Amino acid sequence: MHDTKDASTKPGEQGHEKVEEEAVRILTDPGSWAKHGSGTDEEGPRSETNGDSDNWKLQPGNRVAVIGGGPAGSLFSQFLLKTMAHLDIDIDVEIYEPRDFNFCGPAGCNHCGGVVSESLIQILGTEGVVLPEEVVQRGIDSYVMHMDVGSVRIETPLQEKRIAAVYRGNGPRQSEPASIAGFDHHLISLARSAGAKVRQQMVTEVDLDEGRPRITCADGHRQTYDLLVVASGVNSALLGLIEKSGLEFKAPTAVKSFVAEFKLGAATIERSFGTSMHVFLLDIPRLQFAALIPKGEYLTLVMLGDDVDQELVESFLNAPEVRSCFPGNRPPDNACQCFPRLNLSHVRRPFADRVVFIGDSGVARLYKDGIGSAYRTAKAAANCVALHGISARDFHYHYWPACKKIAIDNLLGRCVFGFCHLLQKLRFARRSVMRMTVIEQRTEGAIPHMSSVLWDVFTGSAPYREVLFRTLHPFFLGRLIWNLLAANAWKSGRRNRELSTP
Amino acid sequence: MSDLLGRNYQPGEDIVTEGEVGDCMYVIQQGSAEVIRTEDGVATVVDTMVAGDLFGEMAILEHTVRSSTVRAVDPVRALTIDRKTFLRRIQEDPSLALSILDVMCRRVRNLDTTIAHLKHQLAELSANPEGGSPDGSPGENAP
Repeated sequence: MHDTKDASTKPGEQGHEKVEEEAVRILTDPGSWAKHGSGTDEEGPRSETNGDSDNWKLQPGNRVAVIGGGPAGSLFSQFLLKTMAHLDIDIDVEIYEPRDFNFCGPAGCNHCGGVVSESLIQILGTEGVVLPEEVVQRGIDSYVMHMDVGSVRIETPLQEKRIAAVYRGNGPRQSEPASIAGFDHHLISLARSAGAKVRQQMVTEVDLDEGRPRITCADGHRQTYDLLVVASGVNSALLGLIEKSGLEFKAPTAVKSFVAEFKLGAATIERSFGTSMHVFLLDIPRLQFAALIPKGEYLTLVMLGDDVDQELVESFLNAPEVRSCFPGNRPPDNACQCFPRLNLSHVRRPFADRVVFIGDSGVARLYKDGIGSAYRTAKAAANCVALHGISARDFHYHYWPACKKIAIDNLLGRCVFGFCHLLQKLRFARRSVMRMTVIEQRTEGAIPHMSSVLWDVFTGSAPYREVLFRTLHPFFLGRLIWNLLAANAWKSGRRNRELSTP
Repeated sequence: MSDLLGRNYQPGEDIVTEGEVGDCMYVIQQGSAEVIRTEDGVATVVDTMVAGDLFGEMAILEHTVRSSTVRAVDPVRALTIDRKTFLRRIQEDPSLALSILDVMCRRVRNLDTTIAHLKHQLAELSANPEGGSPDGSPGENAP
């Protein structure tokens, strides 16, 4: 389906002259941008199946189907429609989303902890996407890290609330009607305002109709499109259906995580949790990471690990470090819970002619900031479709690099989480990290070596590559070794308890 | 408002101050603020910002001091955007710069209108030195 020989000779070898030529052409004849994109046509046919380059660009009146109205699908639709409007090309975008995000509980929820990262909040702000009051359930300005050797609060460098705790649906199951709106509802509304049509139908089949993607819905509705964008995530059966459709697609591997909502009331949450997320690095087998996220009336628990099950959830909730966070030293029964699947790998080739997979359906960031990677893949795919084309080759050159960057960073992320796992296992290492962080947080003007590393790991604000390189800096290592010795020396246990700042 | 995103500023509080070194830009989430420029000791309101407006971008693009003061008119909630985060993302996705270009285009258009209006007033004053300003208002984007 895709010419790999051409692929190996493309972007890096074009040279500055070619880029300059392109820039001059686009600037002197803006119309040529819409007609020819970035001018890659001269390098051969776009696809093995069709050599007509105009056939691989969206034309006025073309139809685009987006399966899934979560962040990836909604943001893609919004970005594509905006860019096509800039190019003066009128297209139809239809989002297929069976859920009504105005419903409480699973019927209206996309099953996720609902944390919008610091970096994504800033970028959405730059894009002009302001999250309104009813969407943000709580602004987060700090993290409290809990370990068996103590707890420490890590403040955001600017002491500003730049992390948003949101609901993906309209609140947990059986929650009272309130003046709240889910994050997904807000984004799909923005897509609708940009011109997308939302169809509340479930897609049950995807196949090809004379080379064009065709979808069939549960109610029998069948439609052929010029481009199909799959943004259904990994929690729907659709990816399995596509695997059987002959599109040479293999779904990413995923593991079960756990999300639950506890009703504590706004006053209790304010008193006990404030505007801090509470993260836990505990030595519990199969547990990678867990966090308590304060929202309006509810507290959300997110657990990541090796196929999280009810037994692991019980072990976690019974840990003294967790119980002490709850009023009365006991977590209440949860109001709503689910075991959503989480990507562990990426799709090797998240595209084909006229088909592209975005968000979790293609590549997602490992463990953290899945909404952020949904934004990045949605933006890259929308730019590729609008400015370059919709053939597999276009996606390979102009969409795949963005995916590859996330996938490579995930590899380094595995090293970062490997260190975290080691930390969970080694008590003397936990003491050292606790001591170093507490001293940094207590000392005014101290350089936050460990604090910034932990902050970026917990929030997903920086690429894993950057986090890993920071931990390899000689000064960081020197401080860590010093704290390793100091924290585990004479009377270390007592000193560490004294240092803790819950 | 205290649990929402960004930082809160009280009416009359400066969000950025003219002449200060800055390494971030801001997006207003709620409320309004005025842009104040001081020339020869005289402070002049040159623009008003509302929710969704972005400012302080010049400090990110150029390594210069703030060109104006931005002061909250009513309770303002503003989000800070770091230079590092913004430049990193713009490297990955140059189309993000379009949002900054949009802001700058709008400002240039507003400045053109104000300059044209002031020139028109100046011409009228030159033609009729004792007549004074015909309406006393320099333009919609100026104080």
